[in-house]
Amino acid sequence: MSIQEELKQAVRAALSDAACVIGWGPGPDALRATPLFMRGEEDADALHAGFLSVSNPALYLPEYKGSKTAVVAKGCDARSVMQLVSENLVKREEVVIIGYGCKGVIDVDKVAAKLAEVCEPGEVTALREEGEDVVLITPKGEVRLPKSGITADKCSRCRFPNALDADVFVGEKAHAPADEDDYADLTAFEALPMEERQAFWEKEMSRCIRCYACRNACPLCVCRDHCVATSREPHWVSQADGVRDKLFFQVIHASHLAGRCTGCGECERACPMGIPVLLFKRALSRRVERLFAYRAGVDEGTPPLLAFTLDEPTIKERDW
Amino acid sequence: MSGSKYIAYDALPSWLAGLAREALVYAPRREGKAVTYRPLAEGEMPELRQRPTESAKHVVFPRSEALFTFAKTPGKPGVSLEEPEEPGRVVVFGALSCDARGFFAFDPVYNGSGTSQYPSGALKDPYYLKRREKTLLIVRACAAPLATCFCHWVGGGPASDQGADVLATDVEGGLVLRAVTEQGGALLASLPDAATEQENAAAAAHAGAEEKMGEAPDLADAPKALAKLFENTAFWGKESAHCLSCGTCTYLCPTCYCFNITDESNGIAGARIRSWDNCMSPLFTLETSGHNPRIGKAARLKNRIGHKFSYYPQLHDGRFSCCGCGRCIKSCPSSVDVRKIVLEAIKEVANG
Repeated sequence: MSIQEELKQAVRAALSDAACVIGWGPGPDALRATPLFMRGEEDADALHAGFLSVSNPALYLPEYKGSKTAVVAKGCDARSVMQLVSENLVKREEVVIIGYGCKGVIDVDKVAAKLAEVCEPGEVTALREEGEDVVLITPKGEVRLPKSGITADKCSRCRFPNALDADVFVGEKAHAPADEDDYADLTAFEALPMEERQAFWEKEMSRCIRCYACRNACPLCVCRDHCVATSREPHWVSQADGVRDKLFFQVIHASHLAGRCTGCGECERACPMGIPVLLFKRALSRRVERLFAYRAGVDEGTPPLLAFTLDEPTIKERDW
Repeated sequence: MSGSKYIAYDALPSWLAGLAREALVYAPRREGKAVTYRPLAEGEMPELRQRPTESAKHVVFPRSEALFTFAKTPGKPGVSLEEPEEPGRVVVFGALSCDARGFFAFDPVYNGSGTSQYPSGALKDPYYLKRREKTLLIVRACAAPLATCFCHWVGGGPASDQGADVLATDVEGGLVLRAVTEQGGALLASLPDAATEQENAAAAAHAGAEEKMGEAPDLADAPKALAKLFENTAFWGKESAHCLSCGTCTYLCPTCYCFNITDESNGIAGARIRSWDNCMSPLFTLETSGHNPRIGKAARLKNRIGHKFSYYPQLHDGRFSCCGCGRCIKSCPSSVDVRKIVLEAIKEVANG
């Protein structure tokens, strides 16, 4: 039986217990899947987990608190679930994690760059996977691209491609592409002079349309309708279309995610204007990792910034 | 198709720079992974390969604009108010035909023409009209649709010149430009005439693009169907399950025209601004009492779809408040598909 068939069976089995299983189904074009909410056994027919399974189903779990819900989960999705559980935002016993070996997901912007001379991604009529390549059917003929060149950046530094703590695991485990996150992207960025970094963010944020897709796509952004960014009383953030306020929100967002962000990258992927907002969160994730020896969604225990101990074991105050 | 002009791609930056001496010229510009409509640098080539991520509406309806500024002088009574500067002339080069048609949804709301329900006495919006009247659109016809395009479902077409001042069409080596309005013609004065074969090539490109659009379903029943489904929470719950309730669809939409007004002050000076608002946000309907009649994303998505395909057409002679650009589908982080929802609504009601 193929892995897809096994996954469908696992979903049907989970439905005996869970009211809904969240996975991925066909999307609006050949390069995109859409989140799929399966409530009846026949709904599983449309499930497909693989290279196009970009979105993070853990995002929806807080909405379903109080009823049992299952998610088909990549490694990163499962880390979001674990972080939600560790913060008591969802109950572990209310979630069924159906894991499979994730070999990375597509980055449509990278496809756009590769296809620049051929067509836009939206003109691709079909995608066929052939081993380590994908073959795209375009109006100008077939284009073969190695998957490695169009895979999301987060996947190349992934240490946990298989759902940790899966209730059901389907198929073989995937090999982790990396042993550790070396934060090479962040190191390179932070090596730039402050003025250049400031100029970079001002330029990037200048095209922000303030749609808050970054916030709403974040599985750990659970304030939802009560976000400080749009609170009018008190009116913390101006409604003006200025870089200052847009940048201010990103700083708020990243600060609220310090020690909570699992690096799923949905904020950046969701941004319609292609602003690399994950970098803000990575800056804080690295600090938390170094200060508290804590990786959100991976390490057990209360997240460090949600509690305190009189003596932080990893902070050597007297050595400073 | 007589009287068209031609410009080679190579000559485009200098021609646009020439236009920029008379007006603020916006054009598609690649910025990172996105394509925006922005003023180009002198001599810069506009992005002609990838269609703009955002619509051109911000040119006429800025993301935020000061209605006036206010200041108080310490120790003196009263507040001084200042009007903003008058907007100048604007030319948008490379707007898509859907972008141009998008303004048709704005116009009756802001130009005081009223609606079938409120035929007279509607107020004119001077801020919108000042910019609208001074903006010329050079529309660039699309050669082929994206999977998310559906302009022909809602009265448009890939090479439609509706709302355009100039229609530009890609031919070998450059663009054939045809004036649609007199003001548009004035923009083309310095350009040489197109050869007959170039004009023919442009016409063939239009026909080719239209052919690629495929069949358009009949949406005539959409307004009634959506009205009937107003109370159907199961339908809207299902359709909105994957929606994130963010503002991407609304803010990229060429026809979404809602705004919010706030006073933004710093100390004793500030501005009253109006800025884009969107019905996917909980604050859109939050009342002063704290009550919110539209709780949850299902009710919000229902409003967005209902507004475009039912409430607006009921007030505006059956015209949809949608130009079919498909940006709401293409850029939606969770691929909510407005086409699918409208068709399912029609089907749901037809099947009883």
